[in-house]
Amino acid sequence: MYGALWRLLPGPTWLPVCLLFILAAVAVYACFTWFFPTIAPHMPFNDTTVDAASGRGAVGLGPHTG
Amino acid sequence: MRAARSKRGRMSAIVGVAGELMITAGVLLGLYVVWQLWWTDVEARAVAEEAVQEWTASDDVVQAPSQLGQERTDPPPIPDAVEHGELLGTMHIPRFGPGYQVPIAHGTSPVGVLDQGHIGHYEQTQLPGEVGNFATAAHRQSYGAPYREIEQIVHGDELIVETADAYIVYEVVGDEIVHPSQVEVIAPVPGHPGQVPEKRMITLTTCHPLYSAAQRWITYGEFAYWVDKADGKPAALVDEGGA
Repeated sequence: MYGALWRLLPGPTWLPVCLLFILAAVAVYACFTWFFPTIAPHMPFNDTTVDAASGRGAVGLGPHTG
Repeated sequence: MRAARSKRGRMSAIVGVAGELMITAGVLLGLYVVWQLWWTDVEARAVAEEAVQEWTASDDVVQAPSQLGQERTDPPPIPDAVEHGELLGTMHIPRFGPGYQVPIAHGTSPVGVLDQGHIGHYEQTQLPGEVGNFATAAHRQSYGAPYREIEQIVHGDELIVETADAYIVYEVVGDEIVHPSQVEVIAPVPGHPGQVPEKRMITLTTCHPLYSAAQRWITYGEFAYWVDKADGKPAALVDEGGA
């Protein structure tokens, strides 16, 4: 997979190295600004409020939160 | 011979790709941990600090002179109700060190309040200074973690809510660890839903234990006195200088 990507890129060694470095940076940026913030609310360790949704049989109260 | 080799070649290609996918997944998980435990703090603290500065500089907010104000025990002025996500004021907790000042916004949604490093006000509970319970929530870890050190707070510590025109000072009277479904902790009389309140209480709620959400840490405070911002500041904030 990554080997194929490496062979696909043209030019002397330094060019693909630079391109892949930029690609990795873009991937990390996308993760930090979009992907991780999107999945974070679904993680089980971010709740701080008391409310019915986090337990069974309690009365409804407020939103579920981090 | 050739068929066997090409078969092995295809197998090794599949295994190779699977391995690379797993390595990628591992790197992504590692990056998520870095983002959650470090970057959310960086971002949320910056947002919260800016919110405090903006609020402090706004025209409706009185600038208190840096001198000791008179401690008053008559009913404190109640701040105006605000929309979800807007600031009611800021919180000072001297136990967390000088300069601790975190914005308190109306509402407890992650997006727009808690994940911005703010303390959230449970919408159905009373306002600061009102008879009843001014109940708040904030992150224990990540996103600026305003309540990270909540276990350090001891009985008698001051929790100071700064509104537009007053410092409303509560004194810590107790804490407990509860199940997340125990909503009675934010009732007007904490722990006794349905009772008619007579005291002015504050409740802080956050995750417990640290890095988990299995339980909730609850700290209770009771109104002690208030200081008119036109007059000065509470003793704990005079030494801090600045804001």
